[in-house]
Amino acid sequence: MTDVAGAPGADSAAPAPEPAAERRRSETLHFARRNPKLLIGSGIVLTLLLIGLIGPFFIDHDPNEYVGPQSQPPNGEYWLGTTSFGQDIWAQFVHGLRSTFLIGVFGGGVAFVIGTAVGFLAGYKGGWVDEVLNMITNVVLVLPALVVLIVAVAYLDARGVLVQGVFIGLTSWPWAARAVRSQTLSLATRDFVDLARLSGRRTWRIITAEVAPNMSSYLVMTFILLFGGSILIAAGLDFIGLGPTNGVSLGLMLENAVAWSALQLGLWWWFIPPGLGITVIVGSLYILNVGLDEVFNPKLREL
Amino acid sequence: MWRYIGRKLVIYLLTFVIAVTINWMIPRFMPGDPVRSMLSRASVSDPQALERMNAYYNEVFGFDTPLHQQYLSFWGGLLRGDLGVSIMLYPEPVTDVIMRSVPYTLAVLLPAILISWVVGNRFGAFAARSKVLDNTILPVGYVLTATPYMWLALLLAWALGVVAGVFPVAGGYSYALRPEFSWVFVSDLISHWFLPFLSMFVVALGGWAIGMRNMIIYELEADYSNYLQALGAPRRLIRRYAFRNAMLPQITGLAVQLGTIIAGALLTEIVFNYPGLGTLILDSLNNRDFFLLQGIFLFVVVGVLIANFVIDIVYVLIDPRTRVQMTGGAA
Repeated sequence: MTDVAGAPGADSAAPAPEPAAERRRSETLHFARRNPKLLIGSGIVLTLLLIGLIGPFFIDHDPNEYVGPQSQPPNGEYWLGTTSFGQDIWAQFVHGLRSTFLIGVFGGGVAFVIGTAVGFLAGYKGGWVDEVLNMITNVVLVLPALVVLIVAVAYLDARGVLVQGVFIGLTSWPWAARAVRSQTLSLATRDFVDLARLSGRRTWRIITAEVAPNMSSYLVMTFILLFGGSILIAAGLDFIGLGPTNGVSLGLMLENAVAWSALQLGLWWWFIPPGLGITVIVGSLYILNVGLDEVFNPKLREL
Repeated sequence: MWRYIGRKLVIYLLTFVIAVTINWMIPRFMPGDPVRSMLSRASVSDPQALERMNAYYNEVFGFDTPLHQQYLSFWGGLLRGDLGVSIMLYPEPVTDVIMRSVPYTLAVLLPAILISWVVGNRFGAFAARSKVLDNTILPVGYVLTATPYMWLALLLAWALGVVAGVFPVAGGYSYALRPEFSWVFVSDLISHWFLPFLSMFVVALGGWAIGMRNMIIYELEADYSNYLQALGAPRRLIRRYAFRNAMLPQITGLAVQLGTIIAGALLTEIVFNYPGLGTLILDSLNNRDFFLLQGIFLFVVVGVLIANFVIDIVYVLIDPRTRVQMTGGAA
């Protein structure tokens, strides 16, 4: 894509990029299929996603319903045991997985949109736009996200996954904006961007058509990190008791376990699965990200 | 250098103003009526008392004056160190309640941050470019950074506290003891402190190790490393140079990670019922004590700003390039 500089034969240049792009794609696939980190990471994430998506359809009772005997350790009927109220932990876990992925998509999505928009604008426009946006980014970066969220969410009477996601997104975008900005800065001075600017394209078109595709792998990785980050923040919020009202999530399970002293009663099956679920999802996301980095970045491939 | 520090100071000042403004805005512009929600929590049935409480809260928030005046008087109170009166522990001022908890939070937070940073950096530098270590430490590090703070705290409390019974799992010190400066009390304090510290330390460790490992690999590919290698310099020497260069981004990383680590400390405290700010946040939430909650928010923000500023100064002291810019040399 970067060799648009060979401008003379405009008509011959048009068909040329296609096979090149195809070759690049198959090359990427070639390395992707041989990268254990990518395969293991995405395998685990997809498996858990499937459980979260399909699992709830096989459970015919509400996850918060008191269905079974109280404080049962894992057994054949209740796979992960029951709480001290007789709630089915497996049902809670499956529903919790679903809401964990949801919050990741919402929170990570909002943060990604804000972060990349700010980063692109600041990096591409430069000048006072950059100064102002950079200032805002630095200010939000310094504010401790979870503490701001606690104060903001505490005043909400009814909380849902959607609202939580939007709030998380609003506070966790700054590092993404910084990263995208520095990448954009290095791309904005390239010849093909100049060419697009000379041809009178709109700023937004140049950013989406010329700048963004050249850092697409970078953007994907940014989104994955934001996704994982907002899962962790949401778990923290849920744990303090600011989770979705009347909902189920892995963080809320942890909160309940602590609130009803599962620790002192030795009900390890109540607090180990939800935390393990979060850790495994986010950890696999990070490892998957390293794998992606190795696939996209030829310098890291020999390692 | 002064320009650099001055710029940073402007940003911190701005952040403080914005934090205070957020703090002022949230109870006023969020959907829902905080006064009513506080009253409903108090569950007073006597209509006359209800009326009086309503009037009191409206006066405290200053809801009957115009908005800009509310804002200014909010600042006025703040600069006098007046954050209001706690509802939960009426009639103690919020500042006193917070001040009692701050030492506990700092006692867990500061050692955990500093020691995990130093140890994590050593580990990361050690692991870089050696295949076996790289393949073991790296995944472990990623899993550690992905661990929610409260979950590791729960695991440790369960394994070392409940099952093994080595450490106490709740409180800042035994209720049978009175705070005094004696060996019994201090050792009790330390045994209560150890588990929260350990779980903070372990979670924070992974991130630093990974960051350092990546930076070292980057530095080992730099020209100066290749040059030294070509000269036949010993491996240890090249490593040492790379380590010093890789240190700088790690210091910036410390500033960026601060918010996450503090959040982690708050969550860890809740698990251990440790009498720091985290437990205080939970209590104030459960009691709908919004004055206390907002006071804690401001305290944490100020703490983060001060820490950021200290890190900036350390950075200037360590990195000669920021000083060179001041004298205008070596353009």
